[in-house]
Amino acid sequence: MTAVAHDAPHGLEHATATGLDSRKLAIWTFIGSECMFFASLISNYLVHKGRNLVGPYAHEPWTSPTGQHYEPILEIPLVTLGTALLLFSSLFVVLALSGAQRGNRKALVGWLGATIACGIFFVGMQVYEFTHFVHEGLTLSTNLFGASFYTLTGFHGTHVTIGVIWLITLWILALRGRIPPAKSLNLEMAALYWHFVDVVWIVIFPVVYLIK
Amino acid sequence: MWSWITTVDHKRIGILYGATAFVFFLMGGIEALLLRIQLGSANSTFLSPEAYNELFTMHGTTMIFLAIMPLSAMFFNYIIPLQIGARDVAFPRLNAFSYWVFLLGGLFLNVSWLFGAAPDQGWFGYANLTSRQYSPGMNVDFWMLGLQILGIASLAAAVNFFVTIINLRAPGMKLMRMPMFVWMSFITQVLLLLAFPVITVALILLMFDRFFGTHFFVPSGGGDPILWQHLFWIFGHPEVYILILPAFGIVSEVLPVFSRKPLFGYAAMVFSGVFIAFLGFGVWSHHMFSTAMGPIADTFFALTTMLIAVPTGVKIFNWIGTLWGGSLQFRTPMLFALGFIAMFIIGGLSGVMHASPPADLQQTDTYFIVAHFHYVLFGGSIFGLTAGAYYWWPKMSGRMLDERLGKLHFWLMLIGFNLTFFPMHFVGLNGMPRRVYTYQEGLGFETLNQIETAGSFVLALAFLVFLVNIFRTSRRPANAPADPWNGATLEWAIPSPPQEWNFAELPTVHGRDALWEAKRERGGQLPEPARVSGKGIHLPNPSYWPLVTAIGITAVFVSLMLLGHDKAGPLPVVAAVLLLFFGVYRWAFEPAG
Repeated sequence: MTAVAHDAPHGLEHATATGLDSRKLAIWTFIGSECMFFASLISNYLVHKGRNLVGPYAHEPWTSPTGQHYEPILEIPLVTLGTALLLFSSLFVVLALSGAQRGNRKALVGWLGATIACGIFFVGMQVYEFTHFVHEGLTLSTNLFGASFYTLTGFHGTHVTIGVIWLITLWILALRGRIPPAKSLNLEMAALYWHFVDVVWIVIFPVVYLIK
Repeated sequence: MWSWITTVDHKRIGILYGATAFVFFLMGGIEALLLRIQLGSANSTFLSPEAYNELFTMHGTTMIFLAIMPLSAMFFNYIIPLQIGARDVAFPRLNAFSYWVFLLGGLFLNVSWLFGAAPDQGWFGYANLTSRQYSPGMNVDFWMLGLQILGIASLAAAVNFFVTIINLRAPGMKLMRMPMFVWMSFITQVLLLLAFPVITVALILLMFDRFFGTHFFVPSGGGDPILWQHLFWIFGHPEVYILILPAFGIVSEVLPVFSRKPLFGYAAMVFSGVFIAFLGFGVWSHHMFSTAMGPIADTFFALTTMLIAVPTGVKIFNWIGTLWGGSLQFRTPMLFALGFIAMFIIGGLSGVMHASPPADLQQTDTYFIVAHFHYVLFGGSIFGLTAGAYYWWPKMSGRMLDERLGKLHFWLMLIGFNLTFFPMHFVGLNGMPRRVYTYQEGLGFETLNQIETAGSFVLALAFLVFLVNIFRTSRRPANAPADPWNGATLEWAIPSPPQEWNFAELPTVHGRDALWEAKRERGGQLPEPARVSGKGIHLPNPSYWPLVTAIGITAVFVSLMLLGHDKAGPLPVVAAVLLLFFGVYRWAFEPAG
């Protein structure tokens, strides 16, 4: 018996027992673990849903004992736009990867730039949303909605931010021509992470914004 | 010294894990002795109630996170690459990083003693004992942030070993040919990967409650203290299998070698391990029968818990089947493995008892539970790990441990262990509550508690004998052959201790018990492997960036502690995150070799 020989498309020195690159397997493993992380945060949000002692609320108006009126606090149109751009960015990063694998640096740099732009828009949207909510009177300590909303979307936003930093790093490398086809796995790993962060948002968006 | 700081060699990192964890193990043991002195007599004033709380919290936390888990990690590190025929783990620098984060996390937890603020809420950290209102000091925060640091170490290591076992197996080492220790370790990594994120989230929520004013576990703000218990035990029950499965693996290596026959029911052993891990995620609420979950939840969790006894029983019968008809050699590792089976059966049986909710309601929070989990964690994990220590010591150090001292260690440990923990069944059923610093006279607890305290000192003596054994043999010349036990697995095919690259030529595997296969093919013993020159063997470069990154991570949590107690603003957090990023970038852009 011999191990499956690796055809080393990424310039690997060592064959592995499965033929899969170890780094790619590692990022998949990490993503599997992250699933439990977000599953816990989403469960935490759902457990506390509707158990608020005071407003403001996500989907219903609220009048405080002092007579102040609060509209439902979520701004669905803006977040829908951010969601759409995040979804498109998953496509863009695939196109960037394809460019990297074909050695088409123009496509790589362009599509990667588009991915990063979408990511930055999403993070910016969230920063605006958070400041706006605090301004409206919803903080971490206001009620359980505030607490679980900020932790859930905040930790997702942190993941997006780390993804953006990672992609910008790769973009700078790409500009300098340091992501040749043999090293496209470096981008593929970031892309896998990016897709995952995107998929998590596909769950968070309906859970938080659409389900009343 | 510098070569140890920058090392990425899995064997050296394994030794670092082992040495560090053993020091923490001794600390946890001393904490236990202090607890036992306090409980040795009624109405004792040896410890204040506050000190007692700190000591039992730190004893539990230390033994679980700083002793048993990293002692298992020592064997993951040292043995897995050797058993699968690899030169190192998949990510050597990530491996060094895991160790450094573990070390710094352990120091972070124990620095609390110097501040007079050791964690005092129990290792389970139940809400709302942990709320800012009832625990305003830094005690809970040292625990909450320290565990978070240790979790990062465990997750990084779990990714590493998961990939290592899948990808770095030698040619021919199919999954169903892997040594049982590798299999059980593999399952442990899966449990780590899936269970630790849950405690991570629970600790994050607790941190937000304590530092940033949320009310996740605070009833006055609408929060739910029971949610903490669910999150904690969804992690906590898989955690007990994280603690025991490596010992299952070790014992499954030791028993066949000293019975001179292959492991009985290899496939059944693999699948029962997988089944235990799977069920391990569906039993967490048996820790919560007293929270009034209702008959349906109680029934469900009682049944799943009892069901786990089936694959566990399969394992026990397979171990006995391995012994059956073998030519048994009662060397020290074998004695500890046999002790493991006997003690673990007792712990397993008392476990099935409180799987039943009505029985559990009588037993919960009493010394009966303390007896149970020490029979599985000490009688199980520690006996198994000690078997592994004696079994692999020659491979790791190049020296045979003294057999007579080893046997003395075993008998002292077996007697001391049972003297300490068996009477706890009785005092527990007679109603002695756990986690209480003293008891009144005349309740009938005195005699049994005195026996327990005496037993705990016999246990301490047992480990003293172990230390003497290590010390004495380390001063003798290296005398261990490559294969002192006539082993079945690949680590015995190479010199003791192995050379830096492990295998001068990567082995090819033709069946289970690869080394026994090779010996049979050649008609007997293999020649003693020669030490060779490593010329032309490519090894990863040493690096100190894993250490810098680990310091960055620890700095983040130190600065969070300062922030949470208004000792500093957010600026130190930002600085710590920048240090962390700096470490990660230098790491990522340095040639791995």
